[in-house]
Amino acid sequence: MSTYTPPLKDASFVLDQLIGLNQLCEKLQLEDINTELATVIIEEAGKLASDILAPLNSVGDEKGSSVSAGKVQETAGFADAYQQFVENGWATLTGPEEFGGQNLPNVIGTAVNELWHSSNMSFALCPMLSQGAVEALIAHGSEILKAHYLPPLISGEWTGTMNLTEPNAGSDLAAVAAKAKPEGDHYKISGQKIFITWGDHQMTSNIVHLVLARLPNAPAGVKGISLFIVPKYCLDEQGQPAELNDVSCISLEHKMGIHGSPTCVMSFGDNDGAIGYLVGEENKGLSYMFTMMNHARQAVGLQGLSISERAYQQALQYSQERFQGSRRDGQKIAIIDHPDVRRMLMAMKAGNEAMRALAYSAAADIDHAHSGDEAAKARVELYTPIVKGWMTELAQELTSLNIQVHGGMGFIEETGAAQHYRDARILPIYEGTTGIQALDLIGRKTLLDKGMALKALHADINETLNQLTASDNKQLQALQHPLKVALESAVSAGDWILENTADDPQTMGNVSFDNLMMMGYLTGGWLLARSALLANKLITQENPYGDPFLQGKIATASFYAEHYLPRVKQHADTVLTGLSNTFALDIEQMQGV
Amino acid sequence: MKILVAVKRVIDYNAKVRVKADNSDVDLSNTKMAINPFCEIAVEEAVRLKEAGSAQEVVAVSVGPKACQEQIRAALALGADRGIQVETDDNLESLNVAKLLAQVVRDEQPDLIIMGKQAIDSDNNQTGQMLSALLNMPQGTFASEINLQEGEVQVIREIDGGLQTLGLTLPAIITTDLRLNEPRYASLPNIMKAKRKPLAVVTPETLGVELKQHSKLLKVTPPAERSAGILVSSVDELIEKLKNQAKVI
Repeated sequence: MSTYTPPLKDASFVLDQLIGLNQLCEKLQLEDINTELATVIIEEAGKLASDILAPLNSVGDEKGSSVSAGKVQETAGFADAYQQFVENGWATLTGPEEFGGQNLPNVIGTAVNELWHSSNMSFALCPMLSQGAVEALIAHGSEILKAHYLPPLISGEWTGTMNLTEPNAGSDLAAVAAKAKPEGDHYKISGQKIFITWGDHQMTSNIVHLVLARLPNAPAGVKGISLFIVPKYCLDEQGQPAELNDVSCISLEHKMGIHGSPTCVMSFGDNDGAIGYLVGEENKGLSYMFTMMNHARQAVGLQGLSISERAYQQALQYSQERFQGSRRDGQKIAIIDHPDVRRMLMAMKAGNEAMRALAYSAAADIDHAHSGDEAAKARVELYTPIVKGWMTELAQELTSLNIQVHGGMGFIEETGAAQHYRDARILPIYEGTTGIQALDLIGRKTLLDKGMALKALHADINETLNQLTASDNKQLQALQHPLKVALESAVSAGDWILENTADDPQTMGNVSFDNLMMMGYLTGGWLLARSALLANKLITQENPYGDPFLQGKIATASFYAEHYLPRVKQHADTVLTGLSNTFALDIEQMQGV
Repeated sequence: MKILVAVKRVIDYNAKVRVKADNSDVDLSNTKMAINPFCEIAVEEAVRLKEAGSAQEVVAVSVGPKACQEQIRAALALGADRGIQVETDDNLESLNVAKLLAQVVRDEQPDLIIMGKQAIDSDNNQTGQMLSALLNMPQGTFASEINLQEGEVQVIREIDGGLQTLGLTLPAIITTDLRLNEPRYASLPNIMKAKRKPLAVVTPETLGVELKQHSKLLKVTPPAERSAGILVSSVDELIEKLKNQAKVI
């Protein structure tokens, strides 16, 4: 079983130096909130994460949840851990004050969420889904729905779920078929939903399901979908859970990973119809989902970082304990001293730090956007598919490297390395597949504003190039060339996309994945270069990080530039071909006929 | 009832202890610092007494440079009501700390003083006892259970032969052992509240205490590194090595 140590120093470096958390909090007029407080919060959350949640991670993997008579029994130990999580107030972190939240900025929530997902992603999915339900209600719920449902959801006393997917409606939600029939002050919901994360459990006294369904006579397609709240237990006049609603979990999926997180087939309205309440207006459900999308997608991207960080820590430890080969004097060599193993570890470390820099930056831009900053708003739109798409794809490579570092033992389940790899595999799939993110990045985020947000990012990277050139540190100067090559190729690929894909959806689809990965590696490299510049400035002053850490930031950025930045040009070159042979074969030819 | 709790800033128990290159001291630069675990137990006990309605106020005191305010805040986040920092340099010897605490006690007039039995950095195990002598107050050291009664506190102490139960007249001083309780995690709302709780800063001068060091740190050396073990192929070989190489049998 692997232990977990929260990466406190890097987290506080990114928040304090790269994000400028203190300035952000001033801008948001959050008195008393600053880096110092954030550090204390992350440290304290880290104790719960490493002492309580991390040891339950393998427990959940080995013995997931079970279902009988419509009730899901979660993994043993999860309920106590959840109780402690709630009692210590962690569910309230970013919630608004008027409903019992602590009103902390999104970026601090993100830094804390990183720890939950690293320590136990299956567990952390539960509060993550509740947070989604909270946001939907804050943005679109009526005052009465808010008053009833927000306080217990924000405190964590109840949990929330998202019921979108149906057997025939996955990426294409236009096909949603669940029905809602008006009846007095409420609706009767019926239909089946699949892949419902934490759809049922025994950890709380109620569960609040957010459900997409169609009203009678609703227009076909995406414009006829409405959003409803369906509580597991209907509320009595005091707002307390009372009668069981007509909703149950009819089976659990057998999955490749995240075994500790029950993935439910939910059945609504088997008898008389489940009582539900409309959120917002009729037929606007899908657009409501879109308002929550940046947040939800960034949250999944963050999981890519979290699980890769856990995998890295495990690989780092194992590589120091495993000895193979000996030196001339007979001394055994720990595998961490073999160059190829060290390369893999550095690839993990550099990848993780780039992801952390990106995830926190994107999260902070959501805060900036809330304060009305238009440039930040555009940047959030651009970043979100990159955070979700690139980070979860990179997580596949990094969790796989952990197995490779373990050698044969990595392939053996007892080591625990396989769990991270299996758990990570869902990430590029749920909350919009990589393919969906890649299309989003071109269609809505590049073409729609004619490349404005993209060019603003290019300009920022260019500014960093100037700073690298002007630096008195040779290591930083050396970073300039690889970043420049990367930027130039990304600019030409971006221009090509603007010119060639607007009226050609097939070409857009062909090149979208490479464009996404190109943007990810570029942005990661840029943020690490900026981190290196900031670290260099601090080295000569008194600082809370220590010079070895700061020198490490510079060296890690340099490693990234050698190892990952060349991939930008590689992906850009692919974009420029238009991948024109993608459809060169017909299906019979593909079958080898 | 008012309880005073002393908390010390020490190297985190998870952190690797390094010695400075010139052997002058432990190298604490960029090392993770934390509240001394025994002090944390003291805070927890005081907060539990408050939660049980036995105490009305818990005051956390620390002696040290400004950075030790972090540990006072940590105590406030666990539930202490207010803090006092006695601003001094690092590395005061126990007697000086005891003298400063004694003056704080005279000013604050608590009914009970709870502190760790020792700090994990210097392992002196003497400040509580010295404080007791300076104030002429009864002491119950190495407490594993505390029961408050009218005007008196019963302390169950861990001693070599087992457990000893003492009755102390209040005000009294108690030092905590490991098994007294298991400290809680600070909750998020309490971390937020801790920021707004009062924290007063005093100095040895304002307390009217003159500090005088009686001992000098001469040298710190790391423990000798253990050399690698060897595998023996038989019991006979083991006995031979124990006899002739290790010379222990």
